[in-house]
Amino acid sequence: MATATTPTTSFEAPLVEPFGPRPAPRGDRLRSWRWRHRLAFLVCWACGLALCGVTAAIVIYMGVRGIQYLNLDLLFSRPQPGLAQHTTGGILDPIAGTVMLTIIGIVIAVPLGVTTAVWLVEYGRPAPLARAVESAIEMIAGTPDIVIAIFGLAIFQLPILAPLSFTASGGGVFGRSFLAAGAMMSLIALPLAFGAAREGLMAIPSHMREASWALGKTRICTIRTILLPQIRANVATGAALGMGRIVGDTAVVVVLLGATLQIEAQGDVPVLGTLRGTGSTLTSYVYNASPAGEGNAPQKAYAAAFVLLMIVLVLNLVVDLVGRGRKERR
Amino acid sequence: MPRGPRQPWTDRQAAWRLGAVACLVLLVIVLMVGFVAVRAWPALQANGFVHWLGPGGDVDRQLGDMIKTGQDPPDAAYHLRAWPLIYGTLLTTGVSVVVGLAFSVFSAIFIVEFAPDRLRGAVVPAVRLLAAVPSVIYGLIGILVLAPFVGNHLISLDRKASVQNVVQLDGTGVLVAIVVLTVMITPIMIAIVVDALRAIPPAWTEGASALGANRWEAMWTVSVRAARPAIVAAAVLACARALGEAVALSMISGSRGFSPNPADGITYIFEPIRPLAASMVENVDAINAPAVKSSVYAFALLLLLSSLALSVGGYVAKLPMRRQGLRI
Repeated sequence: MATATTPTTSFEAPLVEPFGPRPAPRGDRLRSWRWRHRLAFLVCWACGLALCGVTAAIVIYMGVRGIQYLNLDLLFSRPQPGLAQHTTGGILDPIAGTVMLTIIGIVIAVPLGVTTAVWLVEYGRPAPLARAVESAIEMIAGTPDIVIAIFGLAIFQLPILAPLSFTASGGGVFGRSFLAAGAMMSLIALPLAFGAAREGLMAIPSHMREASWALGKTRICTIRTILLPQIRANVATGAALGMGRIVGDTAVVVVLLGATLQIEAQGDVPVLGTLRGTGSTLTSYVYNASPAGEGNAPQKAYAAAFVLLMIVLVLNLVVDLVGRGRKERR
Repeated sequence: MPRGPRQPWTDRQAAWRLGAVACLVLLVIVLMVGFVAVRAWPALQANGFVHWLGPGGDVDRQLGDMIKTGQDPPDAAYHLRAWPLIYGTLLTTGVSVVVGLAFSVFSAIFIVEFAPDRLRGAVVPAVRLLAAVPSVIYGLIGILVLAPFVGNHLISLDRKASVQNVVQLDGTGVLVAIVVLTVMITPIMIAIVVDALRAIPPAWTEGASALGANRWEAMWTVSVRAARPAIVAAAVLACARALGEAVALSMISGSRGFSPNPADGITYIFEPIRPLAASMVENVDAINAPAVKSSVYAFALLLLLSSLALSVGGYVAKLPMRRQGLRI
């Protein structure tokens, strides 16, 4: 039975208490319920417990397998092509690929998302355009990642964008590179960055803006000096959520990064060459090392998946901490 | 020429510049539909749209034949009947959304109403974690744990022998695909339904309690009923996610362009399928052949249009709740 918390009236407390349950009506004992309702009650409990069970099973299973197969040697050696599982090297390149791709994606997505959110909330004129932009973002959020990936392939295979990607010897544009994959990854993270920034802006009471305007500041100056510093935590949350999505995405990597085992630079320029080159990430490594791919190295796949899961867990934790910090400050 | 200190933007300039950036997003959508549609056109035109969607022949063999047709294929080379793939998509999406919906409504009621505080503190992060687990990990668990289990313990040798001339039953197939897909999309639905149930003003359920309803009745007859639009929206959005799930399903669906026949009885749920999105991932390597390329873009167009329609559907479904002043 729910513990009897202090009853909240809708005048003092916010209308919906985030985590507090409604206190049980007095005299509402399970014994007095009809059988049908008791059954429903049990089903609810069963579903809730099943949920915990599935999560725990996945995390524990991956944890056990990960600890079983992961070692430092694996983490810090480069993958090699090989037939037997013990000759295929480590997962250094996929980890580096994941990090690089995440950075590229976030660096594009966060400014774009925040700018869009600022324009939408603070200017938002003409109104039809604003509404169109808003629904466009919702549509991007609903678009399958594989479609975004294949769209990226269409874009980056255009001859005009050839310098951004790997070019085959015959002059055919391959359309696959870190830049191409990162650009499309930013589309995947964009709705999250945008949504978080918009939430933050809408939560700022309007008297803040009005006070600033009354002092003679322009709107854009208000945005820069008053509003943006206040939504920093929101932007961080959005960025972390976006990172989680980018880290976990496979389709874009398989289609647009080439999913080559090692990071292969294109050309001699150090950084630019890598950005134009192909590589792999943890997700594509897991995919290729699983029985579904060519590698068929399940132990390596487990190890890489464990690292991947840890990254996602940490990002989740960051989101929680940022959110909690925000709630406390309020 | 030396310039003075940078002039701050005027408001008009700022509105223009920020607005221009925001319009990039619109441009992306337009470009996406445009590019994909243009590339898909040859395949759709050569087959005729209705025929392309219809059944006929072995889709895997048709895709395989396309690779050999060279750089400048005649119209006949685009021959493809995509029905098995569409069937696989509809089957996995439909069943997992229906199962997941029932499960998520009850879970959401549990989270909002029945869970003791401490347990709620565990369930909510669990849901969030399930939603955040990368799909490839679900695929990995499916192919390394569930599929061998199904293949070794649930499918008898007789059953395997009975269809061995048509398909191989190795555990991956309809059943595993649906189970894994359900686990993948349930957290999304739970999150939406929980938000909606929380947005119901307590006064409404308190009113029900005052009339003598017990907690279940108050929940079921008032909160869940008021949140029906959100439940529909949850189903729609989960549909969109399930449609587009490519990598996990390519690992566990059996990856064979085969349409199982319900008349097969129990064997049906073990037979392999392959949804559209998974077909795209698997054929992307052969994309240098123009015919394959156009077909893959045609799959993408179909997915893109359905997901756009579902986005709009999810928005429309939530309208009634917005009209009542509930913010979800």
